[in-house]
Amino acid sequence: MKVLTAVVFLPLVAAVVLLVAPRTGDRFAHVVWMATSAVELLLVVVLWIGYRPGPSGFDHEVHHRWIPTVDAGYHVGVDGFSLPLVALTTVLFLSCAIYSARETRRVRSYAALFLFLETVCLGVFVALDLVLFFVFFDLSIVGMYFVIAGWGHRDAARAALKFFLYTFLGSLVLLLGFIGLYLASTPHTFDVVALTGQEPLAGKGAVGALVLAALALGLAIKTPVVPFHTWLPPAHTEAPAAGSAILAGILLKMGTYGFVRIVMPTLPGTWRDYAPVFVVLGVVSVVYGALVALAQRDFKRMIAYTSVNHMGYVVLGVGAAGVIASTDEQARDLAVTGAVTQMVSHGLITAALFLLAGVLHERGSTYRMADYRGLAARAPRFAVLTATASFASLGLPGFSGFIAEFQVFTGALGGVPVATGVALLGILITAALFLRAVQGLLLGPFAAPGGRFPDLTTPELAATAPLVVLSAVIGVFPRFLLDVVEPAARALNTVLGG
Amino acid sequence: MLWALVAVPLVAGTALASAGRRADRVAPAVACGVAALVLVSAVGVAVGRPATSAPLLSGLRFGLAVDGLSAVMVVTVAGVLLAVVVHAAGEIRAEQARFFGLLLVFAGAMLVTVTATTVPALLMAWEVMGAASYALIGFRWRDEHRVTAGTVAFLTTRAADLGLYLAAGAVVAGGSGAAELAGLADLSGGWRDVAAAGLVVAALGKSAQLPFSFWLSRAMAGPGPVSALLHSATMVAAGAYLLLRVEPLVTATGWAGPVVAWTGAATALALGAVAVVQRDLKQLLAASTCAQIGFAVLAAGVGGGAAGTGQLVAHAATKSLLFLCAGAWLTAWGTKDLHGLRGVARRHKVVGVAFTAGALALAGVPPLSIWFTKDAVLGVAAHHSSALYVVGLAAAVMSGLYAGRALWSVWGPSPAHPAFDTEERGTRTVTVLQQAPLPVLAVAAAGLGLVLGSGDASGRDALLSGVIAVGAVALARPAGDALTRTSGPLADWLGLEAVARRFVGRPALAVADRVAWFDDRFVAGGVRLAARAGDAAARVADVRVDRWVDGVVRRVADVARALGRAARRPQTGQLHHYYAQAVVGLAVLVVLAIVVGRG
Repeated sequence: MKVLTAVVFLPLVAAVVLLVAPRTGDRFAHVVWMATSAVELLLVVVLWIGYRPGPSGFDHEVHHRWIPTVDAGYHVGVDGFSLPLVALTTVLFLSCAIYSARETRRVRSYAALFLFLETVCLGVFVALDLVLFFVFFDLSIVGMYFVIAGWGHRDAARAALKFFLYTFLGSLVLLLGFIGLYLASTPHTFDVVALTGQEPLAGKGAVGALVLAALALGLAIKTPVVPFHTWLPPAHTEAPAAGSAILAGILLKMGTYGFVRIVMPTLPGTWRDYAPVFVVLGVVSVVYGALVALAQRDFKRMIAYTSVNHMGYVVLGVGAAGVIASTDEQARDLAVTGAVTQMVSHGLITAALFLLAGVLHERGSTYRMADYRGLAARAPRFAVLTATASFASLGLPGFSGFIAEFQVFTGALGGVPVATGVALLGILITAALFLRAVQGLLLGPFAAPGGRFPDLTTPELAATAPLVVLSAVIGVFPRFLLDVVEPAARALNTVLGG
Repeated sequence: MLWALVAVPLVAGTALASAGRRADRVAPAVACGVAALVLVSAVGVAVGRPATSAPLLSGLRFGLAVDGLSAVMVVTVAGVLLAVVVHAAGEIRAEQARFFGLLLVFAGAMLVTVTATTVPALLMAWEVMGAASYALIGFRWRDEHRVTAGTVAFLTTRAADLGLYLAAGAVVAGGSGAAELAGLADLSGGWRDVAAAGLVVAALGKSAQLPFSFWLSRAMAGPGPVSALLHSATMVAAGAYLLLRVEPLVTATGWAGPVVAWTGAATALALGAVAVVQRDLKQLLAASTCAQIGFAVLAAGVGGGAAGTGQLVAHAATKSLLFLCAGAWLTAWGTKDLHGLRGVARRHKVVGVAFTAGALALAGVPPLSIWFTKDAVLGVAAHHSSALYVVGLAAAVMSGLYAGRALWSVWGPSPAHPAFDTEERGTRTVTVLQQAPLPVLAVAAAGLGLVLGSGDASGRDALLSGVIAVGAVALARPAGDALTRTSGPLADWLGLEAVARRFVGRPALAVADRVAWFDDRFVAGGVRLAARAGDAAARVADVRVDRWVDGVVRRVADVARALGRAARRPQTGQLHHYYAQAVVGLAVLVVLAIVVGRG
């Protein structure tokens, strides 16, 4: 089946076409960008409808030789973990394409860069080979660096460099971990599926721990887990809205996806041994991220810190799965499924919020919340969407965030009661900070820099509203998503043993 | 049928609320139609007793069913909803689509709450109800104090709701894979206690029992019809309902029963006292809600399921009636101050008579509804502990006093210079639609007791409470003004909100600020420091090493200088240098890994 390869590389082809085509106008570039993104989404919908995982657990698997000397291959496929993230990727990239209708600066390069990023992001999620995964993982950093540096706000160059150095360092450590896995395996291989069957470091004590540490550090920086999160707020504050949406919506997921795709299946025993560490890191991220977000006065920085909080639930979920005994299947399935649902949910909601923050900045040239008041009076559509997205983000039932966080809580409580109890505070703090933001920005008498605040334009609405609606669809009818995720979670938990 | 019952208000409400101004014109009519439909289906499910469920999460289903308790609640909710919607159709004059949409979602969430059979279903509806109440309390969002009131209400109830999340986890951990409310008493080990504790906290929060009562005072900032719904059949009723629903669990733990019963009794007494001294009619009614729901909570704690349910229903009819009357006066005369409202009962006879029936029922005057149901509660309490019974009787005295005060005020002689329009500009009229539901509710508030009965309360006790009620109402006339307080802990709802702000709200914000400072200074600062250390190291290599080697071998020094410069270069921000450097570093690490790996 070649369709997956086509899905991954079609945006890259479009990007190349855009760059080499002679004298294309901005408008044309934007249309190509939107059309490609739309086709991508359509293809993934078809993939989803026809999704029938084989005995390996994967569908649309392709395996070609690539670097045979180290047994690295072009091995791709989708399962219950990757398919939702692939779908999320195409949804968010389409949203960003639509949102960027008003971008005027070097549109052709911007479109090409985003199309390149789309290929890279899809590549990470479908890769079943460590080298392939690493290549895409690293390229995502390069791509995002240029987005921030080239189209960001005032201090963009600095923030972009910090982002690049920090996450690149993380990826190098990750590579080290990959090499560790490779060296420990017999026969040596970079193939994730083969490594999963082998458990190369079972019973190797300290070496296993070192490899786990390398992998975890690399992924923790990308996620980001406290205390490796400090690259995130400046990157977001300086990035253009669409860049922030992709950074938070997709790139952060690469970190947590790495845990369920690579770390847990290839190092199940070591993961179980050190799972409490991840539980603690998760809980710290949840509470710390929420508290720092509560103290922010800048709307975009606040959302950036809520990302730390939300991704903390993912880490808590996968950590708890390592602590819970295999006899309690339901709790484990809930924890892992909840973690994966949270990746999708956070992607949708936070991307919407970042795009809306972009609208705010576009109108008033600042993210400072104190500069705005009562926007509902002039911009009712903006107000309704921002308020709805905020409630979705604070985990209100009826939206995807609740489905995700509720599963993590119920699954994790039995195994790690104290940690989960503390993590519960996170949903109260996020409620407080979002209600305060909604009240400060949207309600009361009107005020905005310059005294004007036009409501959402049609492209802005078309870019943001579907994300919130999708979050609500998952919140009300979660089965279509969970039916895909749960079998993969069960399979992972079987591998995890214990 | 059951799905339709809950889906119709939720879907119609969401549609209305998101339709925007376009739907304003049709919204009242649509809402009335939907509410009527809901009442018909409610009666249908109450008779048919259906049960249904759908898969939700791994092993956890979204279950709905109607049993005896649910049947009573469903019909009560639907009945009050219809009354409130009709009344609101005659009152709400702006942004009707959003108002009626939210109102329907609010009621729909309550319908799911009272029919839920599994913890996830209950929790989802429970929280949606909280969010809808936030939006309704802050409905007039241009007034900051109303929005703040909504925020206080939402945050307080959500803080308590954490208990429900905890309980949900405990249920799964305790071995009840399906998380059905019916099986909670059979949970294993300490998880049963955790689940009970969580549920009790969540219920007390939602029902505005001590120490959470203050949010209900703030909830008064919402429009009149919202208060009428929130204080009677939804929201505050949900907490007491939940305690009645999980009564086997409460009893099984041993400790939860007394905790619940005494919290209910203490709330009935303390908030009753708070109600007595209020000079604002809506605040008086709000405090009395805490107190009356306290009786239902008390019943749940002592195993009086039927008595508690009766109290909930009678109170729902009575309190929705009273709030609709208060709302009608507020829109007509622009005030809710008891002094300002002097004599208003004489101006609008329908409202006045209806209010009188409601107030007398609230006081527990025989043979009106709450006289029956409160006696049923006190009867069960007396079997359990005489101390509880005595506190309950004292609370009954309070009921008579506050209901009497309200009553004497609105029937009092009209002052020569009435203080109208203190809150808003009054319309001086009460519309037909506003009045329409009042007689029906008045009949219900007066007569429901005959249906609900007084359980196994003895005739002597019933007589005693009747005498107490009549006596207290009578006493309220001469004592009325002397009782009113404008300051002090009772007038200020025991200062509960100030306490919550001082010991929870402000410390939380202070901690957040400290953590943010720490994050900026040390965590991010640490990273900056590391970067600067690298810079310094490069300088050292460049200057010191340079000089040291210079004296020995000039050639090596050149290399060192080159290295130093190379190492310092990344600080200029040139990416490719960093990349190259990283690759070198990586190579070292790979070698290290190979060595370790072999070892």
